[in-house]
Amino acid sequence: MMLCLLLVGVPALAGVLAFALRAALPRRALLIGAALAHAGLVASAWAKRPAAAPEAWLALDATALWFVTITSVLFLTASVYALGYLRRDAATRSHEDEDDPDDDSIFQPVPEAVFCGCLLLFLAAMTLTIMSRHFGLLWVAMEATTLASAPLIYFHRSPRSLEATWKYLLICSVGIALALLGTFFLAAAAGEGADLTLGALARGGARLDPRWLKAAALLLLVGYGTKMGLAPLHAWLPDAHSEAPSVVSALLSGTLLNAAWVGILRLHELCVAAGLGDFSRDLLLLFGLVSLAVAALFIIGQRDYKRLLAYSSVEHMGLLALGMGLGGAAVTGSLLHAAGHSLAKGLLFLTAGNLLAAFRSKKVADVRGALTVTPASGALLLVGLFAITGAPPFITFVSELMIVRAAIADGRWLVAALYLVLLAIVFIGMAAIFLRMALGAPSKDGRKPESRLAWWPPLALAILAGVLGVFLPGPLTDLLREAAQAFGGTP
Amino acid sequence: MEALVHVLMVFLILANLRLLGGTRLNVCIVTVAAQGAVLGLLPLLLHPLSLTRHALTIALAAVVLKGGLFPWLLKRALRQAGVQREVAPYVGFTPSMFFGVLALGLGAALARKLPLPAPDASPLLVPVALATMLTGLFLIVARRQALMQVVGYLALENGIFAFGAVVMKEAPLLVEMGILLDIFVAVFVMGIMVFHISREFDHTDTERLSELKDWTP
Repeated sequence: MMLCLLLVGVPALAGVLAFALRAALPRRALLIGAALAHAGLVASAWAKRPAAAPEAWLALDATALWFVTITSVLFLTASVYALGYLRRDAATRSHEDEDDPDDDSIFQPVPEAVFCGCLLLFLAAMTLTIMSRHFGLLWVAMEATTLASAPLIYFHRSPRSLEATWKYLLICSVGIALALLGTFFLAAAAGEGADLTLGALARGGARLDPRWLKAAALLLLVGYGTKMGLAPLHAWLPDAHSEAPSVVSALLSGTLLNAAWVGILRLHELCVAAGLGDFSRDLLLLFGLVSLAVAALFIIGQRDYKRLLAYSSVEHMGLLALGMGLGGAAVTGSLLHAAGHSLAKGLLFLTAGNLLAAFRSKKVADVRGALTVTPASGALLLVGLFAITGAPPFITFVSELMIVRAAIADGRWLVAALYLVLLAIVFIGMAAIFLRMALGAPSKDGRKPESRLAWWPPLALAILAGVLGVFLPGPLTDLLREAAQAFGGTP
Repeated sequence: MEALVHVLMVFLILANLRLLGGTRLNVCIVTVAAQGAVLGLLPLLLHPLSLTRHALTIALAAVVLKGGLFPWLLKRALRQAGVQREVAPYVGFTPSMFFGVLALGLGAALARKLPLPAPDASPLLVPVALATMLTGLFLIVARRQALMQVVGYLALENGIFAFGAVVMKEAPLLVEMGILLDIFVAVFVMGIMVFHISREFDHTDTERLSELKDWTP
C-alpha cells in the first residue's frame, strides 16, 4: 500500500512543484529525478511484490505491475528525450520573442513549467489508473489523465493543435462520462450498499444481476474504448497524436492507451469472474477486428507520417483487444504485445520528432533520403518499421505469433485469416511509406546535426524491444502467466 | 418527501426543455447550473433518514460547485469570447424541443427494460435521469458554439449524477469528491480552451474547426 501511494505521490508532488519553479534547470532536473524515482520504485516492486488484500483500492497485482513497468520505462526514456526537445524549443522560442516584442507572455504562465508539470501529473494519473482496483477510483483517475494531458497537446499553441486539443477534451470527456454511467450500472448490478472494488464484486460474481452487468460492460467498454482509441471510437486519436509534440505523442500512444486498456481489462476480469467471460470476449474480438480493418484502410496511402503512426496505434490497440477476445494462449500474447507496441511506438514517435525537426514537415512527400540527411534517425526509422510490424527478432513478432497460433489452435480460421491479411496490408502500407522516407535522393541539402539526446532514447527502446524478443527473463514470464490467469487465459 | 422529489423531477424536465430551446448562451449556462444545484440536493431528499455528515458534505460541495463555480467560470469564458447566442445550430430549436419530449419517452421505455434492484425509488427518477443524459448528448452534437457543447457536457453529467443518486446510496467520500473535482477541472480546462479558441480564430464555432482530416489534398 505504501509503495502504491509513493508511486502516485512522488510524480504528483513533483508535478505541482514544477508549476511553481521559475528556473528551467532545476525544473528539468526535477522531471528526470521524478522519472528515475518512479522507475526505482517499480524496480523495488519487482524485487519484492507487496501483498495486498483482495478488497484493496490500490494494489500492484500482476496486471498492474506489468503495465506500470511499461509506463515507467517509456516515461523515463521520453523525459530524457524531452530534455533535448525543451532545449531546442526554448532556443526557437527566444528567437521568436525577439521578432515579436509585444507577445503577451506575461498573461500566460511559462509554457515549459506547464509542460513539465503536466507531464508529471500525467504520469501520476496513469499510475493511479493502472493500480486502481476500485471502479469509482478508476474512473476518477482515468478522467484525470485526460485533463493532465490536454495542455500537453496544446503545447505548440498553433490553431491546429488547438483544434486537436478541443476534440480530444470533448470526445474523451463525453466517452468517460458514459463510463461513469457504466460504473453506476455496476453498482445497480451489485445491489444495495455494494462495495465497488474488483475483489468484492468478483467474489459475489454469480450474484450480480446479469442484465445490469451486461449494460454496464457495454457502457464501460464504449467509454474507456474511446480513450483507448478502439475503432470506431477513435475520432480524437489521429488528430491529437499528430498535433502534439512528438514526445507527448510517444507517451499518449505508448502509455495512455495502455492505461485505458487496463480499465477495460478490469471490467473483463469482472465479467470472467461473473461467468460472462464469453460475452466480453466476443465484444473485444469484434472491436479488435474492426480496429484492425479501419487502421489498415487509413494507413495505406497516408500522407502525414505522424497520422500514420497514430493509425498504427489504433491497429495495435485492436490487436490487444483481439488477443484478449480470443482467450486461451492468446491472452498472454496480448499482454506481451502491450510492451512490444509501447516500445516500438515510443521509438517511432521519438524518431518522427527528430525527422520533424530536421525536415520541418509532417508530410510524407517532404521527407526523402532521411538516411543521408539524418543518418541516425533514418536508421532508427527503418528499425522501427520492423519493430512495429512484428518482424523478428522484435518482441512484437513473438506476441503476434502467439496470438495467431492461439487462433488456429482454437479452430477460428476466419479470425486467423482476417488477422493475417490485415497485418500484411498494414506491413505493405507502412513499408512503402517508410522506405520512401528513409531512402532516395535527399529532399534537404547536406547533413543535419543531431544531438545525442535526440537519438539515444529511441535507440535504447529499440535495443530493449530486440532483446526481449530474443530472450524473456524468467520472472517476466511468471508475471505474465499470473496476470493471464485472471482473464481465463492458459499459458 | 415523495412530493418534493416529484417537484424536483418536473423542474429537471423543464430545465432540459429550456436548454434545448435556448438561443442565448447566458441563459443556458444559468439553466444548467440551476439544474446541477437542485440535483445536488436530490440525495438528501431520496434518503432523508440518513442525513449523515458525509451526505451533507457532498450535497454542499455539489451545490457550491455546480450552482456557483461552474456558471462563474463559464460566464467568464463567455465574456472573454464575446459571443452571445447560438446562431445557426445543426438542428433547429423547435425540433430540438421535440427531441426533448422524445427523450423522455425513450427514457421511460428504457427504464421499463431495466428494473432497478431498489424498487423504493420514485418511478420518475430513472426516466428523467436518462432523458437528461440524452439531452446533454444531443446538445453536444446539435450545437456549434463551443460553450454550448460544454453546457451539453454538464447536462450529461447532471443526468448521470441523478442516476447515481438513485443506485448509490452511500458512495465512498473519496470517490464522490474525486468525481466532483474531475468535473470541476474539466470545466476549468474547457473554459480556458474556449478562451484560446476565441483568441486564435476570432470565433468559437466548432463547425469551422475542421482543418484536421485525412485525405486532404
